[in-house]
Amino acid sequence: MSQAGPPTTPSGPAGDARTEILSRARAALADRPDPPPVTRDYRTAGTGSPGLTTDAPQEALLDLLASRLVDYHALVRRATSTASPASPLADAAIATAVATALAKRGARRLIRPPGLPPAWLASTPGTEPVDDDPPLTAADLDITDGVLTGCALAIAETGTIVLDGGPGQGRRALTLVPDYHLVVVHADQVVAGVPDALARLDATGAPTRPLTWISGPSATSDIELHRVEGVHGPRTLEVILAG
Amino acid sequence: MSGTFVGMPAFPKAAHEAVNNATLRGNLRHATQTIRTKRAKAVAEVSDWAELREAGRRIKDHTLRHLDRYLVQLEESVTAAGGVVHWAADAEEANRVVTELVRATGESEVVKVKSMATQEIGLNEALEAAGIRAYETDLAELIVQLGEDRPSHILVPAIHRNRGEIRDIFVREMGAWGRAAPEGLTDTPAELAEAARLHLREKFLRAKVGVSGANFMVAETGTLVVVESEGNGRMCLTLPETLISVVGIEKTVPTWRDLEVFLQTLPRSSTAERMNPYTSMWTGTTDGDGPRTFHLVLLDNGRTDTLADEVGRQALRCIRCSACLNVCPVYERAGGHAYGSVYPGPIGAVLSPQLTGVTDNPSLPYASTLCGACLDACPVAIDIPSMLVHLRAKVVDAHRGAGHRPTAEQAVMTTAAWTMAKPRRWARTLRAARLGRLLGRRRGTISRLPPPLAAWTASRDLPLPPSESFRDRWSRRQASAGGPDGSGGHDPQDGPDGPDGPDELDGPDGRTPR
Repeated sequence: MSQAGPPTTPSGPAGDARTEILSRARAALADRPDPPPVTRDYRTAGTGSPGLTTDAPQEALLDLLASRLVDYHALVRRATSTASPASPLADAAIATAVATALAKRGARRLIRPPGLPPAWLASTPGTEPVDDDPPLTAADLDITDGVLTGCALAIAETGTIVLDGGPGQGRRALTLVPDYHLVVVHADQVVAGVPDALARLDATGAPTRPLTWISGPSATSDIELHRVEGVHGPRTLEVILAG
Repeated sequence: MSGTFVGMPAFPKAAHEAVNNATLRGNLRHATQTIRTKRAKAVAEVSDWAELREAGRRIKDHTLRHLDRYLVQLEESVTAAGGVVHWAADAEEANRVVTELVRATGESEVVKVKSMATQEIGLNEALEAAGIRAYETDLAELIVQLGEDRPSHILVPAIHRNRGEIRDIFVREMGAWGRAAPEGLTDTPAELAEAARLHLREKFLRAKVGVSGANFMVAETGTLVVVESEGNGRMCLTLPETLISVVGIEKTVPTWRDLEVFLQTLPRSSTAERMNPYTSMWTGTTDGDGPRTFHLVLLDNGRTDTLADEVGRQALRCIRCSACLNVCPVYERAGGHAYGSVYPGPIGAVLSPQLTGVTDNPSLPYASTLCGACLDACPVAIDIPSMLVHLRAKVVDAHRGAGHRPTAEQAVMTTAAWTMAKPRRWARTLRAARLGRLLGRRRGTISRLPPPLAAWTASRDLPLPPSESFRDRWSRRQASAGGPDGSGGHDPQDGPDGPDGPDELDGPDGRTPR
């Protein structure tokens, strides 16, 4: 407490702890030389990933993502189309894959986040979309059959889908409470590694939005290290790779 | 706040009991070996692991060097994003802050994400005393809480329990805490996980207050990060109206980009996965998504003291991956409970004495063989063996400073130093040591020395001193061979000539039953 405090010190008990911690940190560091500078000699954004070279074609990226997802027991479907993303032809391929997935799952009451491309549900007349308007309660979400979303991006190397609450993704609870999550990933949303993902999120202003990184369905190894798929999040994760 | 669990015996006694528990040892061996093997594979997959490790080390060192600055920046970022920042100098203050925050909501229960920091400060007990029930929601923590037990591993706290025990705990205890275990619950892991899902779901859906820790806090953006597997973290971070996160000040990283290192090294080091199933990141509050109120409690509790210690401060790099536990031969045999501290294993042996003082944890720096496996496994290159030696010196200093009389060990060491200082004294001592053979005549080992040396043999046998020391034998051989070059050493005539045969010269392994 005898050290000089920071320039702006609020008063009151909380201010006291703040002053104390900061001044103790400063006192602890008083005679400490600067450590060596931070080096980034590892594979940074744009330099590929352990499983991919920089010049790997997009197809290799998609293949790696698919194999990583399968490795962590997600279900994977390809909606192959040579048309450009979000074109009617590409959307039709997605709609077909969505219809097949939902039929197989037997999911009827499906949460439809705001901004989901309507075309994705064009081939599923039997589906009963549930909109989050007015906002659904946790109990409401609990009695739906699943949720269909897009994503912000996907990481091939780790088999990770990142949601940032953008259009077609909705707030976090929508992809958490239901037991089935069907997610569409466009080929141009797939990046090689973790550094690429953080760089792209940064470029789109996503870091300050609520983010959820999903790598396979929820899992636990808490009982004798025996892996059990599905505890609290959606126990089934199904991914449609489009493009 | 004591660094050790109240009522826990010191490491030597607890370890002695633990290694005699065959079930525990079996569970531990299976668990640590499994994770170890998987981790090695996950790490080998990343060709730039060494560079990531070095970057992680340097990012942490840089942050710690400017911790004051980054904490202020973090506070600004979190506040700007709609969060409220509190500071807590010690455990008591942190518990008081959290208790008041929960009270202000009018709620009497909270759901919790597994958090080492809240365990360190004993938050659940403090809330309980204030009439607030804290529900642990991580499966292993649930097992521990329902079993009125203590965690024994950072990552898999119920590693000491097998499926049968877990089933029994669920059947016996779940009803008293909420939804009872399903009828006819068996001990298959899938069924046990399902029982936990049902039991906890009703708590998640009605929870108004969530309590968490965090793996990282980004000063630049004010973003907090929680990595997890089960989805209980997402539940606690998303569904309640109020979120309170208690985080050690060393969890700060300067920039968003720094996460690109730790989000690669942490999952592979801890659960041996390319990526853990769920990672949540949030910055303050967001309209229409998640908690409306967010409180961040920045916890010191001994961390600034640790920062002041030039050898010890590197322990603050720790990202709680627990890789060091799984490679530690002492942990594998004794288990986490023996350490008696919230942070078990090698990292616990350096962290606990520093956060709460060596006088509270005097035996922990000795709970290691200094083999160095922990340093090799550490994704931020904490030199745990060197720190343990440093802390051992501190323990000795603390004892000396407290006016203690020299211990038997100190007396022995002083004598040994005196003896070894002069060749003649040493030679005489070796000859005298032959008298020790009288103590172990029947078994070929010495299982009990007289006091004050009895402490040494309380937990180990001492090999019988050889009938002839190497020095004596050397001189005798030199004399009989007659050559100064020592070539006579291979002369067949020098074969078995001693009264007990040659194996006595080889030390303890040469002993033969008589």
